[in-house]
Amino acid sequence: MKKQKASFPLIRFQQITKTYVTGPVKCQALKGIDFDIRKGEFIAIIGHSGSGKSTIMNILGALDSPTSGQYFLNGKNISHYNEDELADIRNQKIGFVFQSFNLLPRTTVIKNIERPMLYAHFSPEKRTKRALEVLRAVGLEDKAHNLSNYISGGQIQRVAIARALSMNPSIILADEPTGNLDTKTAHEIMTFFTKLNKQGSTIIVITHEDDIASFATRVIKITDGLVESQNYKLQTATFIK
Amino acid sequence: MIDIKELIILSLDQLKGSLVRTALTMLGIVIGIASVITIISLGEGSTKSIVDQISTFGTNVITISPGQARRGPGDGGGTFDTLTKADSRAILTLSNIEAVSAIVSGQSTLVNGSQSVSSSVTGVEGTYALIQSLKFSQGDFFADSQIDNLARIVILNNDLVTELLGESASVVGEKIRLNGKTFKIVGVIEGGSSVLVPFSTAQKILFGHDYLNSISVRVIDNSLMEQTSTDIENLLLSRHQISNADNADFNLRNPLEMINTVSSMTGTLTTVLSGIAAISLLVGGIGIMNIMLVTVTERTRDIGLLKAIGAKAKDILAQFLIESLVLTLAGGLIGVILGATLTYFASSAMSIPFIISFKSVFLAVAVSASVGILFGWYPAKKASILNPIDALRYE
Ligand SMILES: Nc1ncnc2c1ncn2[C@@H]1O[C@H](COP(=O)(O)OP(=O)(O)OP(=O)(O)O)[C@@H](O)[C@H]1O
Ligand SMILES: [Mg+2]
Repeated sequence: MKKQKASFPLIRFQQITKTYVTGPVKCQALKGIDFDIRKGEFIAIIGHSGSGKSTIMNILGALDSPTSGQYFLNGKNISHYNEDELADIRNQKIGFVFQSFNLLPRTTVIKNIERPMLYAHFSPEKRTKRALEVLRAVGLEDKAHNLSNYISGGQIQRVAIARALSMNPSIILADEPTGNLDTKTAHEIMTFFTKLNKQGSTIIVITHEDDIASFATRVIKITDGLVESQNYKLQTATFIK
Repeated sequence: MIDIKELIILSLDQLKGSLVRTALTMLGIVIGIASVITIISLGEGSTKSIVDQISTFGTNVITISPGQARRGPGDGGGTFDTLTKADSRAILTLSNIEAVSAIVSGQSTLVNGSQSVSSSVTGVEGTYALIQSLKFSQGDFFADSQIDNLARIVILNNDLVTELLGESASVVGEKIRLNGKTFKIVGVIEGGSSVLVPFSTAQKILFGHDYLNSISVRVIDNSLMEQTSTDIENLLLSRHQISNADNADFNLRNPLEMINTVSSMTGTLTTVLSGIAAISLLVGGIGIMNIMLVTVTERTRDIGLLKAIGAKAKDILAQFLIESLVLTLAGGLIGVILGATLTYFASSAMSIPFIISFKSVFLAVAVSASVGILFGWYPAKKASILNPIDALRYE
């Protein structure tokens, strides 16, 4: 591997392919994806249904390994990491925000936020301190001891963002984070991502909605398992921040 | 892997979240452990009570009775005239013998005023007090001189005094009637045989026969019981000119042997009953496995989420294993408490000593922990190897 230069991107996908094999049926979801993402970017990945967005997200998030190709994260090739190493990457480097089912049910907001820090062996005091810190950042410190079932959809997404922030990850990875929200709340969440991005977080949002993608500083468009555009210009920039 | 203390807190949170289910899941273990504890404890308690009873007559006292050894119910009853005073004197010549008393006994009616009681009466020699370690609450044992001169004197035990004389106040010197003849009370003993009279009195005045109803032999030490039993047996066989020991016209009762028999009998019974209780533990364990499998399925998406935020397979494995362990240990603990309570009431109802053996509690804890690990392993393993993407997508 080349020696890491200062300009080496935070993320580099090099000829990433992914083939799903279900019984006799093979499905090549990714056919050779190349892209770089630099530290501090706010990326939206868009594409039609079935184009391969979630597959990219899974590989980006170290939830899955590519069939072939290289994935460099912070200059390190993690394409062939084993389960436990990938778990560490997910724990330390990546903050997830999912479309739904982000929080553990019957568990308080603060315990949800503390959970990644538990797996990182933080002391209970440190966990609580940090959890309150990130909760304050998303403006929900008063909900710390509410059960996750008893807060609104928008609040759930904000708690998920707080949890994603808790470990100070390299990337925040959000798969359709506003898919279950009304337009107003969706825009609030996206505005919050913008704010985080301004504070230095690298954010990758996967969406199929143009107005959500328009919050990003760059849009990568995926078509049929390939990158159609590294810097896609949205047709109708309906929403200007 | 994360800290065990953290894991325990997580499982408690989880189990608290579905209290009814947790309680029902534990029920099998609770019942299993409670029955094991109760059975073992009652077994030990009743053994102790029987052993104590046998021991009150002295563990180093051999009793020889006429007739063949009991072979079954109904056998061995009736009267036999095969034991004689000469036999008892011959036994005294053997080594390791501390004392021997020939005994004549029978039923008699005791009368005091309008009170009348039927009781067995035992005619004893002067050595009897030593052999049976008699304890006197009033008066004293017969003087040696009174044994052979047909003295009409009697020793009663406390219970009989209360029954016949109505109080346990000073009764020494009072007179009662025995088979219509007047006897003077010379002593009151605690427990033991109810009515004692001098040997000659019993033989000549009360029962009118020469043969003995039994012989009591006190051996100098517990360790010599077996040896001495054999010696006595051989001696009597040769005196009675019997060559085959199976045809012996007498039988020996060695309390140590009886204690062993009783212990092994109750031991076997306890083992069998515990085996049955163990089946309920097995059923409880299967119940736990079943519920844990359901839990894993229900929490598939939780597991996916946990893996996404950095939980490793071993973290998930440990979490579910601890959960089932907490479940079974808590069940075991409740079972121990329940079992002890049951034992307490049952043993007082059966009037046997209340014993909770450390052994059975230790066994209960070890068994419930093993059940938790054994039956929790498969569901936990299943949870731990879930693929995070599939788990997150699980509907
Ligand atoms: N686990 C899997 N097994 C087999 N095929 C799969 C699997 N996951 C995805 N695919 C296939 O891979 C292709 C890409 O799927 P992917 O989920 O990445 O699309 P997507 O862009 O996220 O679509 P959507 O916008 O509908 O979520 C699809 O054709 C899909 O059927
Ligand atoms: Mg998708």
